[in-house]
Amino acid sequence: MSRSARLVVFLIGAGCVAAMFAVAFFKMPAFGGSMHLYRDLAVPASVSHYTANVVASVNFDQRAIDTLGEETILVASVIGAAVLLRPAEEEAEMRPKAVGRTLEATKLAGYLLLPVTLLIGLDVVLHGQVTPGGGFQGGVILATGLHLLYVTGSYRALDRLRPLELFDTGEAVGAAAFAGVGIAGIVVAGNFLANIVPGGTFGQLLSAGTVPILNGAVGLEVGCGIVVLVAHFLQQDIIISAQAEQAKPGGSSEPQAGERVGTAERS
Amino acid sequence: MNVLIVAALTLVGLAGTAVVAADMPERQAVTLSFFGLALTVLFMAFQAPDVALSQLGVGAAIVPLMVMLAIRTISQRPAREEEAGSGEDKASQEEVLPGRGGDPP
Amino acid sequence: MSVYPYFVAAWLMLVGGYGIVRSRNLVHAVVSLSVAQAGTYVLLLAVGYQRGALAPVFGSTTKPNKHVVDPVVQAMTLTDIVVSATVTALLLALAVQVNKRQGTPDPDELQALKG
Repeated sequence: MSRSARLVVFLIGAGCVAAMFAVAFFKMPAFGGSMHLYRDLAVPASVSHYTANVVASVNFDQRAIDTLGEETILVASVIGAAVLLRPAEEEAEMRPKAVGRTLEATKLAGYLLLPVTLLIGLDVVLHGQVTPGGGFQGGVILATGLHLLYVTGSYRALDRLRPLELFDTGEAVGAAAFAGVGIAGIVVAGNFLANIVPGGTFGQLLSAGTVPILNGAVGLEVGCGIVVLVAHFLQQDIIISAQAEQAKPGGSSEPQAGERVGTAERS
Repeated sequence: MNVLIVAALTLVGLAGTAVVAADMPERQAVTLSFFGLALTVLFMAFQAPDVALSQLGVGAAIVPLMVMLAIRTISQRPAREEEAGSGEDKASQEEVLPGRGGDPP
Repeated sequence: MSVYPYFVAAWLMLVGGYGIVRSRNLVHAVVSLSVAQAGTYVLLLAVGYQRGALAPVFGSTTKPNKHVVDPVVQAMTLTDIVVSATVTALLLALAVQVNKRQGTPDPDELQALKG
């Protein structure tokens, strides 16, 4: 199909969808209204399980099976991306030569922020049941924090701090721990993912039963999964940069060689 | 409906349009990061701090980073055919490691 | 004005779809898809919002009460954001791989997809 024909088909379809959206929107309860039936059920259920953060309660207690499904998608896509991005046979892995082009101030900021970010990430995971946060957000923060090392220009340090096999395992362990807590629920209370741990004190760190445990499992899984993903993308980038760099003195007649050299230097 | 929500919604709508309208993917990584931040502000205005935190990490950092790396990989890729012939000087140029992500040198 | 948020959500979805259709680069298509997906976040959170209500997180200053925004839609959105990031990564990996095999990131030039 030609591009213009495709656009026409899309515009007709989009017009119909937009019209149906408009019809639906004008019949929906108005924005900001006070009728929220799920809210009226979720809040008392959360309070009865000593969970101050109702969102965490919905995610890891009331609808934990849904979260199990979500994190299965997460594991599957990380595995898929890792498989797709693994270096091909002919691209034997290369290590970039150390190129010191990072500003000292950037390096300092990176090194200073690294421990701070990791601590914040841990804090967000651990307090998921009492304050906004939890495994999903904390895991992302932890993974981002680790990659501050890349900003500092020390890919070697990052490589050493990041044995990928360990993170692969960590992701799997996180996913398995979630399912394990669910099975423990069957054994103890007869229900998959039942909240079997004593509730503790409302609003304290030790509260909400299984919610902090599941938060930890998800935090481990998300953190490791994202580290693995970013690592694979970085690896591809570095392989290509190294190839471009090596093609340069080989006298390649590539017209945009200069541009490639410029980008290769930065890795 | 308060002013902050209207402003944040408008910003999100405009930023989303800008992301799609950016024809060069290189620029898209930057506009996408901005779009992620705009969504974060909107989620804060919607009284959803949990979601905002999640969006901040993912939308403003992780996804733009991966997009940028993918773009760099793709835009440098066509060089491969040419340098396949000049494989002799490969070994002298850099260390070739057997496995992936292995031990420090 | 009380439907404005819904229309922003619909706009994001449609403009994202437009981006995918017009795309000359698979990475651009993936990014446009993530814009379309952001429409669902805006819609879900707009449905759960209540004027003047607070976030559904209680503490020593806010005692448990029912005058909060809907936590259920927030829970859905927040898991979706993180999971969609990994799905985006999978799609980007596919784009990188397609480019590696076919030598072009332009979906219109992929021979195997010509219909």
